[in-house]
Amino acid sequence: MAGRGPMSFTGPGNYREEAAKTIRDKPEVRTSITAATRTFDAHRVHAWGQIDADRWRDWARDVKSHVLGHLDEYLEQAEEQLTANGAHVHWAETAEDALAILGDIVREHGVESAVKAKSMLSEELGVNAHLESLGVHVRETDLGEYIIQLLGQPPSHIVGPAIHLSVDDCRRLFHERLGTPLDAEPDELAGAARDALRAEFLAADLGISGGNFLAADTGTVALIENEGNIRLSTSLPRIHVACVGIEKLVPKLEDVSGFLQLTARAATGQPIGNFVSLIQGPRKNDEVDGPEEVHVVLVDNGRTKLLADDAAWEALRCVRCGACLNICPVYRQTGGHAYGWTYSGPIGAIIAPAMLGLEEAMPLPYASSLCGACTDVCPVRIPIPELLVHWREKAVEQGLTPMTETMGLKAYAKLAQKPDLFAAAGSVLRHVPLELGGRALPVLAGWMQERSAPKSSKKSFLQMWKEGIE
Amino acid sequence: MAMRVSLFATCLCDQFYAEACADAVLLLRHLGVDVDVPRGQTCCGQPAYNAGRPTEARDMAAHTMHVFEDAEYVVLPSGSCAGMIRCFYGEISGVDTERAESLARRTYELSQFLRQVLNVETLGPGLEGRRVAYHHGCHALRELGVKDEPLALLAGCGAEVVEWEADEECCGFGGLFSAKLPEVSAAMADRKLDTLPDVDFVTSSDGGCLLQLSGRAKKRRTGPPFVHLASALWRGVAR
Repeated sequence: MAGRGPMSFTGPGNYREEAAKTIRDKPEVRTSITAATRTFDAHRVHAWGQIDADRWRDWARDVKSHVLGHLDEYLEQAEEQLTANGAHVHWAETAEDALAILGDIVREHGVESAVKAKSMLSEELGVNAHLESLGVHVRETDLGEYIIQLLGQPPSHIVGPAIHLSVDDCRRLFHERLGTPLDAEPDELAGAARDALRAEFLAADLGISGGNFLAADTGTVALIENEGNIRLSTSLPRIHVACVGIEKLVPKLEDVSGFLQLTARAATGQPIGNFVSLIQGPRKNDEVDGPEEVHVVLVDNGRTKLLADDAAWEALRCVRCGACLNICPVYRQTGGHAYGWTYSGPIGAIIAPAMLGLEEAMPLPYASSLCGACTDVCPVRIPIPELLVHWREKAVEQGLTPMTETMGLKAYAKLAQKPDLFAAAGSVLRHVPLELGGRALPVLAGWMQERSAPKSSKKSFLQMWKEGIE
Repeated sequence: MAMRVSLFATCLCDQFYAEACADAVLLLRHLGVDVDVPRGQTCCGQPAYNAGRPTEARDMAAHTMHVFEDAEYVVLPSGSCAGMIRCFYGEISGVDTERAESLARRTYELSQFLRQVLNVETLGPGLEGRRVAYHHGCHALRELGVKDEPLALLAGCGAEVVEWEADEECCGFGGLFSAKLPEVSAAMADRKLDTLPDVDFVTSSDGGCLLQLSGRAKKRRTGPPFVHLASALWRGVAR
């Protein structure tokens, strides 16, 4: 079971091999992912049916686009408000900067153990490994994250990090690690995790979270969840650090209300998460609970590169709901691990080229049939297929596509403007058995590997037309 | 005066679904339409456009716009190529947008044309008693918004269109995608085939999807016949 996922990501470069390996050697991953994502998506369909989803999505798109057009102003406003609320604000341009800030906090406060609320940004930054290298005991407290932490695996889905595992996988894991019976019911497994985590919450000096939204006008970090672990992680330990991507801003606290609902409906089909935490700063003098110190680390780590791109900036509207993964027929075959980095699926494929660099992100822009299902479900209307084509154009410009493909498509385009030659070429190809052609043309080799040769028509239609159709 | 339709066979159907193109001609004629197949037609340019080659796509689009300059209606036995013309010609950089938009307005996928322009209700009883699964090609479904049209036409021929849980999911063709990432592409086809109900045949408005699904089914040595929608509907007329 531990062999079911990688221990860490090694980059998207091996996407084809990793995907093929998953499909061939671990068919149960495809089964788990397909079932879970179809359920998520069915819930989304139901939840959107209860609201005027098109209007909500237009609104969300417009608010996010507005923020991204005035990011500098809103960031300054957020910093001012957070500082006025008594929170410490840090700026991290890179992952290394963010980790260094965390390191300083840990050292200054003598932190020995930390609990973590589920955060994709912290996965992106590599927070756990870094803190452990500093001698800090780190515990993931979201059930899914807890499971994959025990297995030593990275998440395979933005919202459901353990989505590639079956209940039986978890039964075996918990049996080994927590001593539950091999036939334990899911409730019993969750109960065992809850018991194990309670001690961790009480012992932790530091709570680390992400942030779903950051309202600039009030300096409020908003967090959505279902398990209550985020509430505990952010309120029980004496220090709370929220790592927040700079694209998470919304202008007003009022906007958060709409986004919380739309995101939950898109992600899991819930009207809103079971718990919503609105964090504005540390415990005040007259308050009985909450952390003594709150730090907000505003992280760039490639986001301004995305913002600077004349087309791909739209991907920064993403609220990380995972709806595009859930509907994606490509993602469903493998889950997230094959993509080789934190963000998988359609959204991962369009942000990787800016955040990792295009060459590093190859071949993710091509990991799509351009079926368009993703853009139909995106709550902030990111034009995902268009952006995939956008990155393909850049890949062509930068010479990152295979020479055979370049030459083939150029020749094809030329031929297509010379109808007689085009017809002649078609007539020749129709008489070459594709099994032979497959050896000569790499494009056909890929086709022939997985499918039987298609049968060409005896005559082309244009020839039939010339001869007369009765 | 009879309505005039220019058929754009498309490069893929010209080579692999020639009979379906011929069936489209016969079907349109049967409905009282004058059919023309303009000389010089080749490929709409979608393969280049999707591969990130707008320059080549622009040249191929310009060629196609020239070929169909005088057409009253352009009808394609392909939702994907019709989607390329209707939704993307105007977006290609360097293209003559006015001509692109003019062609887009005149362009229809076959079932879309039959329902939206000719208002066809029933064609004939030729598919009575036949159980049929319909695969919604992604571009017909999501770019053109064509969903009920083919189903209504099949039902109008007496076919029973059987429920198929994966009918709106991508078959995994995606043009170059199917050759660049053949393993994922085949797994996508498998999902379609694994969920296929017991039917007499599978049909779709897209030759590319049919090529993918039938090619994979043949490799697995199982599966019903795969028939292009144009041929299915012409059978439905039942002369």
